[in-house]
Amino acid sequence: MAGGVTALTAHPTYAVFERYMVLYKRLWRASVFSSFALPLLFLASIGLGVGQYVGSLEGVPYAAWIVPGVLASTAFQMAVGESTYGVLGSFKWTRSSHAMYATRVSIGDMLRGWLLYLVVRGVIAVAVFMAVVVWFGVLASPWALATPLVAALLTVATAAPVTAFAASIDHDSYFALLFRFVMIPATLFSGVFFPVEQMGGWKVAAYVSPLWHGVALCRAATLGQEPPWPVWAHAGVLVAVAAAGWWWASAAFRRRLRD
Amino acid sequence: MQPLIYARGLVKRFGSFTAVDGIDLEVQPGEAFGFLGPNGAGKSSTMRMISCVSMPSAGELRILGRDPVREGPAIRARLGVCPQLDNLDPDLTVWENLTTYARYFGLSRAEARRKAGELLEFAQLTEKASSLVEPLSGGMKRRLTIARAMVNDPELVLLDEPTTGLDPQARHLLWERLFRLKQQGVTLVLTTHYMDEAEQLCDRLVVMDGGRIVAEGSPRRLIEDYSSPEVVELRFGLEELAGYVPRLEGVGDRVDPLPDRILLYAKDGDEAVAEVHRRGLTPSSVLVRRSTLEDVFLHLTGRTLVD
Repeated sequence: MAGGVTALTAHPTYAVFERYMVLYKRLWRASVFSSFALPLLFLASIGLGVGQYVGSLEGVPYAAWIVPGVLASTAFQMAVGESTYGVLGSFKWTRSSHAMYATRVSIGDMLRGWLLYLVVRGVIAVAVFMAVVVWFGVLASPWALATPLVAALLTVATAAPVTAFAASIDHDSYFALLFRFVMIPATLFSGVFFPVEQMGGWKVAAYVSPLWHGVALCRAATLGQEPPWPVWAHAGVLVAVAAAGWWWASAAFRRRLRD
Repeated sequence: MQPLIYARGLVKRFGSFTAVDGIDLEVQPGEAFGFLGPNGAGKSSTMRMISCVSMPSAGELRILGRDPVREGPAIRARLGVCPQLDNLDPDLTVWENLTTYARYFGLSRAEARRKAGELLEFAQLTEKASSLVEPLSGGMKRRLTIARAMVNDPELVLLDEPTTGLDPQARHLLWERLFRLKQQGVTLVLTTHYMDEAEQLCDRLVVMDGGRIVAEGSPRRLIEDYSSPEVVELRFGLEELAGYVPRLEGVGDRVDPLPDRILLYAKDGDEAVAEVHRRGLTPSSVLVRRSTLEDVFLHLTGRTLVD
């Protein structure tokens, strides 16, 4: 019986990723639809509607100015939304994480497979959105092709800490706090709709938001401009947040799965 | 032969509470081994340590000859676990539950499909392959969980209360499936508080109480050691039973008064009944039966309700 598992082909990280993809293959139509429908509505109402009054901002038409912001916030909101109820439920309600952990899958595999899946989701969402807005002539630079990369980094920097939070709490009512006091303020004050410089001294609050760094890099890419900080600094903050989130999530998973 | 499970002085503490209080165990390949005990006896805590998801607080533990603290994933790769609470993936179909789980163990896609087909047949769920998990009955979910635990051809299958909450038909079907695994030489370790389940499936078992092992042996051996071959159950209508106890002194090996009846443990039940009549007692009903593990269990772990 030893070595009953004969063909060792799937790496456990990939097997975890595959589990999410099995489900995604069934639901991708709805998901792809919402990933461009919602940003498109934003663009139509705020970009074109409000844009009529704003005219141009920092030397570019308002619609072109907010497109990268909406792009980044699409990835951000997807990462937050996916990392809440599903993660808590897999420990508390369905216990499917416990089932996964009873195999040769390690906690590192679980996190890697999960984040990899979200990166794929984030990149698809951004790519679909870009394929739509490119016809509005709002992507001014070939650097726009780098935005999916930024979206991937932003997805991890957002999903890792939110996943950790979801794995740490005991009751889903905490998510209301997360949405109200973290996600919505972050979306409103991270330079998606207006430059954070308008917030005066409060702009430092945006510096701790991964979304602001994502928005800054996306905007630099689609408009072909220099970002507010050096690229490495923005990317460095995102990597640091992702690493801290990873560390926290590993600890939270360990507490849930082994005692 | 190297035991699949080896434990010496195994302890599990949760804060100041000691769930498992220094147990010694050895389970050999091919055995069907059972943990018996009331709720809170430490069975599940022991099982979780054996399945390498809970770390021992003290003592030595070797699973498949390896150290569960350092080699958790490598050991778990060769185990099959059926937990007390079903943890099937509700987002996936019955079929996908099996193929996805097979992939966690590293089977190729083709191998995973072959295995899923085989196990659906084993679990008598072939017709439900494309159904989601939620609409399945309790018995079907249980069978699927057990089938899922077999997906990696495990050397050791751990079943924590496999039939709790199932109706008799579902239990018997499950026992039959587990017996089939046993015949194939799969090592089974299970916890249960159903005595008939333990007698049906286990070659050897331990009775746990308060985190300790209080008895060990084959079901037959335990009955021999801790009970008598036969038990006489006497009822005396609505009368107060306490008055009868002194008058039954010396009949059989032991007299055990319960609120509603008196049990006489005896080598020969009919002989004991004859003696009861010789003493001029007229019970309203008399039942002579063979001693069961339940008698052993109640004798060892007491009759107080544990919550």
